[in-house]
Amino acid sequence: MTWDISGMGEWTYKQFPPGAVIPAGGNSDDYITGGWRSERPWRDDEKCTQCLLCWIVCPDTSIHVADEKVTTFDLDHCKGCGICAQICPVGAIEMVPEGCDLPEVK
Amino acid sequence: MAEHKILATTGNSVVAEAMRQCKPNVMAAYPITPQTTIVEEFAGFVAKGKTDCEYVTVESEHSAMSACIGASAAGARVMTATSSQGLALMWEELHIAAGMRLPIVMANANRALSAPINIHCDHSDIMGARDTGWVTYFAETAQEAYDNTIMAVRVAEHPDVMLPVMSTLDGFITTHSIDRVDVMDDTSVGGFVGDYEPKNPLLDTDTPTLHGSFSGLGGPFFEFKRQQREAMENARAVIKQVGDEYAELSGRPFDVIQTWGMEDAETAIVVLGSTAGNARHVARDLRAKGQKVGVVKVRVWRPFPYAELAAALKGLKAVAVLDRAESFGAEGGPLFLEVRGALYDLEQRVPVVGYIYGLGGADVKLELMERVYRDLSDIAAGGAAPGSLVYLGAREEA
Repeated sequence: MTWDISGMGEWTYKQFPPGAVIPAGGNSDDYITGGWRSERPWRDDEKCTQCLLCWIVCPDTSIHVADEKVTTFDLDHCKGCGICAQICPVGAIEMVPEGCDLPEVK
Repeated sequence: MAEHKILATTGNSVVAEAMRQCKPNVMAAYPITPQTTIVEEFAGFVAKGKTDCEYVTVESEHSAMSACIGASAAGARVMTATSSQGLALMWEELHIAAGMRLPIVMANANRALSAPINIHCDHSDIMGARDTGWVTYFAETAQEAYDNTIMAVRVAEHPDVMLPVMSTLDGFITTHSIDRVDVMDDTSVGGFVGDYEPKNPLLDTDTPTLHGSFSGLGGPFFEFKRQQREAMENARAVIKQVGDEYAELSGRPFDVIQTWGMEDAETAIVVLGSTAGNARHVARDLRAKGQKVGVVKVRVWRPFPYAELAAALKGLKAVAVLDRAESFGAEGGPLFLEVRGALYDLEQRVPVVGYIYGLGGADVKLELMERVYRDLSDIAAGGAAPGSLVYLGAREEA
Protein backbone atom coordinates (compact mmCIF):
# COMPACT_ATOMS: atom_id res chain seq x y z
CA MET A 1 0.00 0.00 0.00
CA THR A 2 1.19 3.48 -0.75
CA TRP A 3 0.32 6.23 1.67
CA ASP A 4 -0.44 9.61 0.14
CA ILE A 5 0.93 12.22 2.54
CA SER A 6 0.77 15.18 0.16
CA GLY A 7 -0.29 18.28 2.04
CA MET A 8 0.28 16.64 5.44
CA GLY A 9 1.43 19.96 6.86
CA GLU A 10 -2.16 21.22 6.44
CA TRP A 11 -3.98 18.07 7.61
CA THR A 12 -6.55 18.48 10.38
CA TYR A 13 -6.67 16.02 13.29
CA LYS A 14 -9.30 14.00 11.41
CA GLN A 15 -6.90 13.17 8.57
CA PHE A 16 -4.13 11.47 10.56
CA PRO A 17 -4.34 7.68 11.11
CA PRO A 18 -5.44 7.15 14.74
CA GLY A 19 -2.69 6.23 17.17
CA ALA A 20 -0.02 7.74 14.90
CA VAL A 21 0.08 4.45 12.97
CA ILE A 22 1.97 4.64 9.69
CA PRO A 23 -0.22 2.44 7.50
CA ALA A 24 2.38 1.57 4.85
CA GLY A 25 5.93 0.29 4.69
CA GLY A 26 9.13 1.48 3.00
CA ASN A 27 8.52 5.19 3.49
CA SER A 28 11.15 6.12 6.06
CA ASP A 29 13.27 7.26 3.10
CA ASP A 30 10.82 10.17 2.70
CA TYR A 31 11.61 11.46 6.18
CA ILE A 32 14.66 13.71 5.96
CA THR A 33 16.66 13.41 9.18
CA GLY A 34 19.99 14.80 7.98
CA GLY A 35 19.23 18.09 9.70
CA TRP A 36 19.83 16.47 13.11
CA ARG A 37 23.56 16.22 12.28
CA SER A 38 26.22 18.42 13.86
CA GLU A 39 29.18 16.74 12.10
CA ARG A 40 29.31 15.27 8.64
CA PRO A 41 31.59 12.50 7.37
CA TRP A 42 34.22 13.32 4.77
CA ARG A 43 36.02 10.57 2.85
CA ASP A 44 39.49 10.72 1.34
CA ASP A 45 39.17 8.68 -1.86
CA GLU A 46 42.96 8.23 -2.14
CA LYS A 47 43.28 6.61 1.31
CA CYS A 48 40.09 4.53 0.94
CA THR A 49 40.78 0.85 0.13
CA GLN A 50 37.09 0.12 -0.63
CA CYS A 51 36.90 -2.49 2.13
CA LEU A 52 33.21 -1.44 2.63
CA LEU A 53 33.35 -1.77 6.43
CA CYS A 54 31.68 1.67 6.65
CA TRP A 55 28.83 0.42 4.48
CA ILE A 56 28.42 -2.61 6.74
CA VAL A 57 28.30 -0.68 10.01
CA CYS A 58 26.35 2.48 9.06
CA PRO A 59 23.16 2.29 11.17
CA ASP A 60 21.27 4.54 8.75
CA THR A 61 22.28 2.86 5.48
CA SER A 62 23.69 6.23 4.45
CA ILE A 63 26.80 4.97 2.61
CA HIS A 64 26.00 4.81 -1.10
CA VAL A 65 27.75 2.04 -2.97
CA ALA A 66 27.85 1.38 -6.72
CA ASP A 67 29.81 -1.39 -8.45
CA GLU A 68 31.14 -2.50 -5.05
CA LYS A 69 32.69 0.92 -4.43
CA VAL A 70 31.73 3.64 -1.97
CA THR A 71 30.48 6.64 -3.91
CA THR A 72 28.85 9.27 -1.66
CA PHE A 73 27.21 9.70 1.74
CA ASP A 74 23.41 10.06 1.90
CA LEU A 75 23.42 13.37 3.74
CA ASP A 76 19.60 13.50 3.79
CA HIS A 77 19.66 10.65 6.33
CA CYS A 78 23.18 10.54 7.84
CA LYS A 79 22.87 11.77 11.45
CA GLY A 80 26.62 12.23 11.90
CA CYS A 81 27.16 9.44 14.44
CA GLY A 82 30.75 8.90 13.27
CA ILE A 83 30.73 5.09 13.38
CA CYS A 84 32.05 5.00 9.81
CA ALA A 85 35.04 7.18 10.78
CA GLN A 86 35.71 4.99 13.85
CA ILE A 87 35.61 1.70 11.94
CA CYS A 88 37.68 2.82 8.94
CA PRO A 89 40.98 0.83 9.21
CA VAL A 90 42.98 3.32 7.13
CA GLY A 91 41.62 6.61 8.58
CA ALA A 92 40.04 7.63 5.29
CA ILE A 93 36.91 9.11 6.91
CA GLU A 94 36.98 12.25 9.02
CA MET A 95 34.10 13.91 10.87
CA VAL A 96 33.91 17.58 9.93
CA PRO A 97 31.79 20.11 11.85
CA GLU A 98 28.72 21.26 9.92
CA GLY A 99 29.05 24.81 8.69
CA CYS A 100 32.86 24.54 8.14
CA ASP A 101 34.54 24.35 4.79
CA LEU A 102 35.23 20.80 3.72
CA PRO A 103 38.91 19.76 3.63
CA GLU A 104 40.37 20.17 0.19
CA VAL A 105 40.11 17.02 -1.84
CA LYS A 106 43.63 15.65 -2.38
CA MET B 1 -31.93 -13.35 27.29
CA ALA B 2 -28.86 -15.47 27.74
CA GLU B 3 -28.64 -18.81 29.54
CA HIS B 4 -27.33 -18.10 32.99
CA LYS B 5 -26.52 -19.53 36.39
CA ILE B 6 -26.36 -17.99 39.86
CA LEU B 7 -23.07 -18.43 41.69
CA ALA B 8 -21.90 -17.58 45.19
CA THR B 9 -18.44 -16.31 44.37
CA THR B 10 -15.97 -13.43 44.63
CA GLY B 11 -15.46 -10.37 42.44
CA ASN B 12 -12.02 -11.55 41.35
CA SER B 13 -13.35 -14.97 40.43
CA VAL B 14 -16.06 -13.58 38.16
CA VAL B 15 -13.70 -11.08 36.56
CA ALA B 16 -11.42 -14.01 35.65
CA GLU B 17 -14.50 -15.85 34.35
CA ALA B 18 -15.61 -12.82 32.29
CA MET B 19 -12.13 -12.56 30.80
CA ARG B 20 -12.11 -16.25 29.84
CA GLN B 21 -15.54 -15.85 28.23
CA CYS B 22 -14.33 -12.85 26.20
CA LYS B 23 -11.56 -15.01 24.67
CA PRO B 24 -8.44 -12.86 24.89
CA ASN B 25 -5.55 -13.95 22.67
CA VAL B 26 -2.89 -12.67 25.07
CA MET B 27 -2.71 -11.94 28.77
CA ALA B 28 0.51 -10.55 30.30
CA ALA B 29 0.18 -10.11 34.04
CA TYR B 30 1.94 -9.89 37.37
CA PRO B 31 0.32 -10.76 40.69
CA ILE B 32 -0.39 -8.11 43.32
CA THR B 33 -2.71 -8.09 46.33
CA PRO B 34 -5.72 -7.90 46.11
CA GLN B 35 -5.80 -8.56 42.37
CA THR B 36 -3.76 -11.78 42.46
CA THR B 37 -6.64 -14.24 42.32
CA ILE B 38 -7.82 -12.80 38.99
CA VAL B 39 -4.60 -13.68 37.16
CA GLU B 40 -4.15 -16.83 39.27
CA GLU B 41 -7.57 -18.18 38.28
CA PHE B 42 -6.98 -17.16 34.68
CA ALA B 43 -3.64 -19.03 34.73
CA GLY B 44 -5.64 -22.01 35.95
CA PHE B 45 -7.92 -21.76 32.89
CA VAL B 46 -4.81 -21.74 30.68
CA ALA B 47 -3.32 -24.76 32.48
CA LYS B 48 -6.59 -26.71 32.17
CA GLY B 49 -6.95 -25.86 28.49
CA LYS B 50 -10.14 -23.86 29.07
CA THR B 51 -8.76 -20.99 26.97
CA ASP B 52 -6.22 -20.86 24.16
CA CYS B 53 -4.95 -17.51 25.43
CA GLU B 54 -1.18 -16.96 25.37
CA TYR B 55 -0.32 -16.25 29.00
CA VAL B 56 2.88 -14.25 29.46
CA THR B 57 4.46 -14.22 32.91
CA VAL B 58 6.51 -11.08 33.33
CA GLU B 59 8.81 -9.68 36.02
CA SER B 60 6.85 -6.49 36.79
CA GLU B 61 3.74 -4.51 35.92
CA HIS B 62 5.88 -2.18 33.82
CA SER B 63 6.67 -5.22 31.67
CA ALA B 64 3.10 -6.53 31.87
CA MET B 65 1.62 -3.44 30.26
CA SER B 66 4.55 -3.20 27.81
CA ALA B 67 3.88 -6.77 26.67
CA CYS B 68 0.15 -5.99 26.42
CA ILE B 69 0.91 -2.98 24.21
CA GLY B 70 3.10 -5.05 21.89
CA ALA B 71 0.55 -7.84 21.66
CA SER B 72 -2.32 -5.43 21.05
CA ALA B 73 -0.40 -3.63 18.28
CA ALA B 74 0.30 -7.06 16.80
CA GLY B 75 -3.46 -7.52 16.50
CA ALA B 76 -4.39 -9.60 19.55
CA ARG B 77 -7.30 -9.13 21.95
CA VAL B 78 -5.37 -8.39 25.14
CA MET B 79 -6.31 -8.34 28.81
CA THR B 80 -4.55 -7.95 32.12
CA ALA B 81 -5.22 -7.01 35.73
CA THR B 82 -3.40 -5.08 38.42
CA SER B 83 -3.75 -3.01 41.58
CA SER B 84 -2.19 -0.17 43.56
CA GLN B 85 1.65 -0.08 43.24
CA GLY B 86 1.30 -2.25 40.14
CA LEU B 87 -0.95 0.28 38.45
CA ALA B 88 1.46 3.02 39.53
CA LEU B 89 4.36 1.10 37.98
CA MET B 90 2.39 0.87 34.72
CA TRP B 91 1.84 4.61 34.65
CA GLU B 92 3.94 5.51 31.62
CA GLU B 93 2.57 2.56 29.63
CA LEU B 94 -1.00 3.54 30.47
CA HIS B 95 -0.47 6.76 28.50
CA ILE B 96 1.22 4.84 25.68
CA ALA B 97 -1.60 2.28 25.39
CA ALA B 98 -4.15 5.10 25.11
CA GLY B 99 -2.02 7.23 22.77
CA MET B 100 -1.45 4.25 20.46
CA ARG B 101 -5.22 3.63 20.57
CA LEU B 102 -4.91 0.01 21.68
CA PRO B 103 -8.14 -1.57 22.98
CA ILE B 104 -6.59 -3.37 25.97
CA VAL B 105 -8.98 -4.34 28.78
CA MET B 106 -7.61 -4.30 32.32
CA ALA B 107 -9.17 -5.00 35.68
CA ASN B 108 -7.96 -2.98 38.65
CA ALA B 109 -8.50 -3.99 42.26
CA ASN B 110 -8.70 -0.54 43.84
CA ARG B 111 -6.18 -0.26 46.65
CA ALA B 112 -4.27 2.41 48.58
CA LEU B 113 -0.81 3.55 47.53
CA SER B 114 2.17 3.61 49.90
CA ALA B 115 3.33 5.19 52.20
CA PRO B 116 2.62 3.97 54.81
CA ILE B 117 2.36 0.49 53.28
CA ASN B 118 -1.27 -0.58 53.07
CA ILE B 119 -3.00 -3.26 51.04
CA HIS B 120 -6.63 -2.27 51.59
CA CYS B 121 -9.24 -0.48 49.56
CA ASP B 122 -9.23 3.11 48.49
CA HIS B 123 -9.21 4.84 45.10
CA SER B 124 -5.76 6.46 45.22
CA ASP B 125 -4.37 4.11 42.58
CA ILE B 126 -7.13 4.60 40.04
CA MET B 127 -7.27 8.36 40.59
CA GLY B 128 -3.53 8.45 39.86
CA ALA B 129 -4.40 6.96 36.46
CA ARG B 130 -7.24 9.43 35.93
CA ASP B 131 -5.63 11.41 33.12
CA THR B 132 -3.97 8.54 31.25
CA GLY B 133 -6.72 8.36 28.62
CA TRP B 134 -8.37 5.08 29.70
CA VAL B 135 -12.14 4.64 29.74
CA THR B 136 -12.86 3.68 33.35
CA TYR B 137 -15.73 1.77 34.95
CA PHE B 138 -16.36 1.39 38.70
CA ALA B 139 -18.18 -1.62 40.12
CA GLU B 140 -20.22 -1.57 43.30
CA THR B 141 -20.62 -5.34 43.40
CA ALA B 142 -19.08 -8.51 41.98
CA GLN B 143 -22.02 -8.58 39.54
CA GLU B 144 -21.14 -5.14 38.20
CA ALA B 145 -17.46 -6.12 37.97
CA TYR B 146 -18.47 -9.10 35.80
CA ASP B 147 -20.83 -7.01 33.66
CA ASN B 148 -18.42 -4.06 33.28
CA THR B 149 -15.57 -6.34 32.19
CA ILE B 150 -17.64 -7.84 29.36
CA MET B 151 -18.99 -4.46 28.21
CA ALA B 152 -15.44 -3.06 28.36
CA VAL B 153 -14.37 -5.31 25.48
CA ARG B 154 -17.08 -3.98 23.17
CA VAL B 155 -16.41 -0.36 24.12
CA ALA B 156 -12.62 -0.67 23.74
CA GLU B 157 -12.80 -2.31 20.32
CA HIS B 158 -15.56 -0.09 18.90
CA PRO B 159 -14.18 1.66 15.79
CA ASP B 160 -15.37 5.06 17.08
CA VAL B 161 -13.49 4.54 20.35
CA MET B 162 -10.38 2.31 20.09
CA LEU B 163 -9.19 3.14 23.60
CA PRO B 164 -8.04 0.97 26.48
CA VAL B 165 -10.65 0.36 29.17
CA MET B 166 -10.29 -0.28 32.90
CA SER B 167 -12.86 -2.29 34.82
CA THR B 168 -12.29 -1.49 38.49
CA LEU B 169 -13.57 -3.14 41.66
CA ASP B 170 -12.89 -2.27 45.29
CA GLY B 171 -9.98 -4.19 46.81
CA PHE B 172 -11.03 -6.95 49.25
CA ILE B 173 -14.55 -5.52 49.69
CA THR B 174 -15.56 -6.55 46.16
CA THR B 175 -12.57 -8.60 45.05
CA HIS B 176 -12.66 -11.08 47.94
CA SER B 177 -16.14 -11.07 49.51
CA ILE B 178 -18.52 -13.84 48.49
CA ASP B 179 -21.36 -12.28 46.54
CA ARG B 180 -24.35 -13.46 44.51
CA VAL B 181 -23.46 -13.27 40.84
CA ASP B 182 -25.50 -14.10 37.77
CA VAL B 183 -23.08 -15.50 35.19
CA MET B 184 -24.06 -15.97 31.55
CA ASP B 185 -23.16 -18.91 29.32
CA ASP B 186 -20.00 -18.84 27.19
CA THR B 187 -21.87 -18.75 23.87
CA SER B 188 -23.93 -15.69 24.81
CA VAL B 189 -20.90 -13.75 26.05
CA GLY B 190 -18.80 -14.86 23.08
CA GLY B 191 -21.55 -13.75 20.69
CA PHE B 192 -21.94 -10.44 22.49
CA VAL B 193 -18.28 -9.46 22.34
CA GLY B 194 -17.65 -11.00 18.89
CA ASP B 195 -14.21 -11.33 17.33
CA TYR B 196 -11.65 -8.54 17.35
CA GLU B 197 -10.72 -7.39 13.86
CA PRO B 198 -7.66 -5.17 14.21
CA LYS B 199 -7.28 -2.45 11.60
CA ASN B 200 -3.50 -2.31 11.31
CA PRO B 201 -2.07 -5.47 12.91
CA LEU B 202 1.72 -5.57 13.03
CA LEU B 203 1.63 -9.30 12.27
CA ASP B 204 0.05 -8.67 8.86
CA THR B 205 3.32 -8.92 6.98
CA ASP B 206 1.61 -8.39 3.60
CA THR B 207 0.66 -4.88 4.73
CA PRO B 208 3.56 -3.61 6.79
CA THR B 209 2.66 -0.85 9.23
CA LEU B 210 4.48 1.06 11.94
CA HIS B 211 3.12 1.57 15.45
CA GLY B 212 4.65 3.89 18.03
CA SER B 213 5.93 6.51 15.60
CA PHE B 214 7.62 9.79 16.48
CA SER B 215 5.67 13.03 16.33
CA GLY B 216 7.90 15.77 17.65
CA LEU B 217 9.86 18.56 15.99
CA GLY B 218 6.69 20.34 14.86
CA GLY B 219 4.87 17.07 14.03
CA PRO B 220 1.15 16.59 14.64
CA PHE B 221 1.37 15.48 18.32
CA PHE B 222 -1.27 18.05 19.25
CA GLU B 223 -3.63 16.69 16.56
CA PHE B 224 -3.21 13.15 17.93
CA LYS B 225 -4.27 14.36 21.38
CA ARG B 226 -7.28 16.02 19.74
CA GLN B 227 -8.16 12.60 18.26
CA GLN B 228 -7.97 11.02 21.72
CA ARG B 229 -10.34 13.66 23.08
CA GLU B 230 -12.80 12.87 20.28
CA ALA B 231 -12.49 9.11 20.89
CA MET B 232 -13.24 9.63 24.59
CA GLU B 233 -16.24 11.81 23.72
CA ASN B 234 -17.43 9.12 21.24
CA ALA B 235 -17.18 6.61 24.08
CA ARG B 236 -20.14 8.32 25.81
CA ALA B 237 -22.63 7.11 23.19
CA VAL B 238 -20.90 3.77 22.68
CA ILE B 239 -20.95 2.99 26.43
CA LYS B 240 -24.70 3.63 26.48
CA GLN B 241 -25.39 1.66 23.31
CA VAL B 242 -23.32 -1.30 24.52
CA GLY B 243 -25.01 -0.98 27.94
CA ASP B 244 -28.45 -1.14 26.32
CA GLU B 245 -27.54 -4.23 24.30
CA TYR B 246 -26.03 -5.81 27.39
CA ALA B 247 -29.16 -5.06 29.40
CA GLU B 248 -31.22 -6.89 26.78
CA LEU B 249 -28.91 -9.90 26.92
CA SER B 250 -28.46 -10.05 30.69
CA GLY B 251 -31.72 -8.57 31.96
CA ARG B 252 -29.74 -6.10 34.08
CA PRO B 253 -30.30 -2.41 33.25
CA PHE B 254 -27.22 -0.24 32.79
CA ASP B 255 -26.55 3.47 32.96
CA VAL B 256 -23.44 5.58 33.49
CA ILE B 257 -24.90 6.75 36.79
CA GLN B 258 -27.33 4.84 38.96
CA THR B 259 -29.82 6.87 40.98
CA TRP B 260 -31.78 5.78 44.03
CA GLY B 261 -34.59 7.87 45.50
CA MET B 262 -33.75 10.83 43.27
CA GLU B 263 -37.32 11.36 41.99
CA ASP B 264 -38.14 13.63 44.95
CA ALA B 265 -34.89 13.77 46.94
CA GLU B 266 -33.88 17.05 48.60
CA THR B 267 -30.38 15.90 49.54
CA ALA B 268 -28.12 13.22 48.10
CA ILE B 269 -24.82 11.42 48.41
CA VAL B 270 -22.68 10.98 45.29
CA VAL B 271 -20.28 8.05 45.50
CA LEU B 272 -18.11 5.60 43.52
CA GLY B 273 -17.84 1.84 44.02
CA SER B 274 -18.80 -0.41 46.91
CA THR B 275 -19.77 2.36 49.36
CA ALA B 276 -22.91 3.03 47.30
CA GLY B 277 -24.47 0.06 49.08
CA ASN B 278 -23.77 1.55 52.53
CA ALA B 279 -25.24 4.88 51.42
CA ARG B 280 -28.39 3.24 50.00
CA HIS B 281 -28.87 1.17 53.14
CA VAL B 282 -28.87 4.28 55.35
CA ALA B 283 -30.92 6.26 52.82
CA ARG B 284 -33.59 3.52 52.90
CA ASP B 285 -33.83 3.79 56.71
CA LEU B 286 -34.03 7.58 56.56
CA ARG B 287 -36.73 7.41 53.87
CA ALA B 288 -38.75 5.16 56.15
CA LYS B 289 -38.56 8.00 58.67
CA GLY B 290 -39.84 10.45 56.06
CA GLN B 291 -36.57 12.10 55.01
CA LYS B 292 -36.27 12.83 51.27
CA VAL B 293 -32.74 11.53 50.67
CA GLY B 294 -31.16 9.95 47.62
CA VAL B 295 -28.00 8.28 46.33
CA VAL B 296 -26.21 8.77 43.03
CA LYS B 297 -23.64 6.15 42.13
CA VAL B 298 -21.16 6.98 39.37
CA ARG B 299 -20.51 3.79 37.40
CA VAL B 300 -18.47 5.29 34.54
CA TRP B 301 -15.71 7.59 35.76
CA ARG B 302 -14.12 8.34 32.38
CA PRO B 303 -15.67 9.78 30.27
CA PHE B 304 -17.18 11.60 33.27
CA PRO B 305 -21.02 11.77 33.07
CA TYR B 306 -21.29 15.47 33.95
CA ALA B 307 -24.54 16.08 32.03
CA GLU B 308 -26.26 13.10 33.68
CA LEU B 309 -25.07 14.25 37.12
CA ALA B 310 -26.24 17.82 36.57
CA ALA B 311 -29.68 16.49 35.56
CA ALA B 312 -29.86 14.18 38.59
CA LEU B 313 -28.71 16.77 41.15
CA LYS B 314 -30.49 19.83 39.75
CA GLY B 315 -32.62 21.66 42.31
CA LEU B 316 -31.30 19.76 45.34
CA LYS B 317 -30.87 21.59 48.64
CA ALA B 318 -27.54 19.97 49.45
CA VAL B 319 -25.23 17.34 47.97
CA ALA B 320 -22.41 15.37 49.61
CA VAL B 321 -19.61 13.91 47.50
CA LEU B 322 -17.66 11.03 49.03
CA ASP B 323 -14.07 10.59 47.86
CA ARG B 324 -12.01 7.52 48.70
CA ALA B 325 -8.87 9.30 47.45
CA GLU B 326 -7.03 12.50 48.30
CA SER B 327 -5.88 15.27 46.01
CA PHE B 328 -3.71 17.04 48.55
CA GLY B 329 -3.87 20.79 48.18
CA ALA B 330 -6.99 20.71 46.00
CA GLU B 331 -10.30 21.97 47.33
CA GLY B 332 -11.51 18.39 47.71
CA GLY B 333 -11.13 14.87 46.36
CA PRO B 334 -11.22 14.09 42.62
CA LEU B 335 -14.93 13.18 42.52
CA PHE B 336 -15.85 16.32 44.51
CA LEU B 337 -14.05 18.54 42.00
CA GLU B 338 -15.78 16.83 39.06
CA VAL B 339 -19.24 17.03 40.60
CA ARG B 340 -18.82 20.70 41.52
CA GLY B 341 -17.70 21.34 37.94
CA ALA B 342 -20.70 19.44 36.56
CA LEU B 343 -23.09 21.62 38.59
CA TYR B 344 -21.48 24.99 37.80
CA ASP B 345 -23.66 25.74 34.77
CA LEU B 346 -26.94 25.16 36.61
CA GLU B 347 -28.92 28.35 37.06
CA GLN B 348 -29.71 27.58 40.67
CA ARG B 349 -26.63 26.93 42.81
CA VAL B 350 -26.55 23.53 44.52
CA PRO B 351 -24.50 23.49 47.76
CA VAL B 352 -21.91 20.71 47.55
CA VAL B 353 -19.82 19.46 50.44
CA GLY B 354 -16.85 17.11 50.10
CA TYR B 355 -15.88 14.22 52.34
CA ILE B 356 -12.72 12.13 52.30
CA TYR B 357 -13.48 8.66 53.66
CA GLY B 358 -12.19 5.11 53.91
CA LEU B 359 -8.55 5.74 53.01
CA GLY B 360 -6.43 2.60 53.33
CA GLY B 361 -9.52 0.52 53.96
CA ALA B 362 -10.78 2.55 56.95
CA ASP B 363 -14.21 1.15 57.85
CA VAL B 364 -17.19 2.79 56.16
CA LYS B 365 -19.63 2.41 59.03
CA LEU B 366 -23.31 3.14 58.67
CA GLU B 367 -23.01 5.86 61.37
CA LEU B 368 -20.72 7.73 59.00
CA MET B 369 -23.36 7.71 56.28
CA GLU B 370 -25.93 8.85 58.86
CA ARG B 371 -23.62 11.71 59.84
CA VAL B 372 -23.33 12.82 56.20
CA TYR B 373 -27.13 12.85 55.74
CA ARG B 374 -27.41 14.77 59.04
CA ASP B 375 -24.95 17.40 57.74
CA LEU B 376 -26.93 17.63 54.50
CA SER B 377 -30.18 18.02 56.39
CA ASP B 378 -28.63 20.91 58.42
CA ILE B 379 -27.41 22.64 55.24
CA ALA B 380 -30.81 22.16 53.59
CA ALA B 381 -32.41 23.80 56.63
CA GLY B 382 -30.17 26.85 56.20
CA GLY B 383 -27.33 25.77 58.48
CA ALA B 384 -23.65 26.25 57.73
CA ALA B 385 -21.73 23.66 55.73
CA PRO B 386 -19.21 21.74 57.87
CA GLY B 387 -16.30 23.31 55.97
CA SER B 388 -15.48 22.49 52.38
CA LEU B 389 -13.77 19.20 53.25
CA VAL B 390 -14.37 16.69 56.03
CA TYR B 391 -12.19 13.69 56.92
CA LEU B 392 -15.14 11.41 57.58
CA GLY B 393 -14.46 9.11 60.53
CA ALA B 394 -10.83 10.10 61.11
CA ARG B 395 -9.97 10.49 64.80
CA GLU B 396 -9.63 14.21 65.43
CA GLU B 397 -9.13 16.56 68.41
CA ALA B 398 -12.45 17.30 70.05
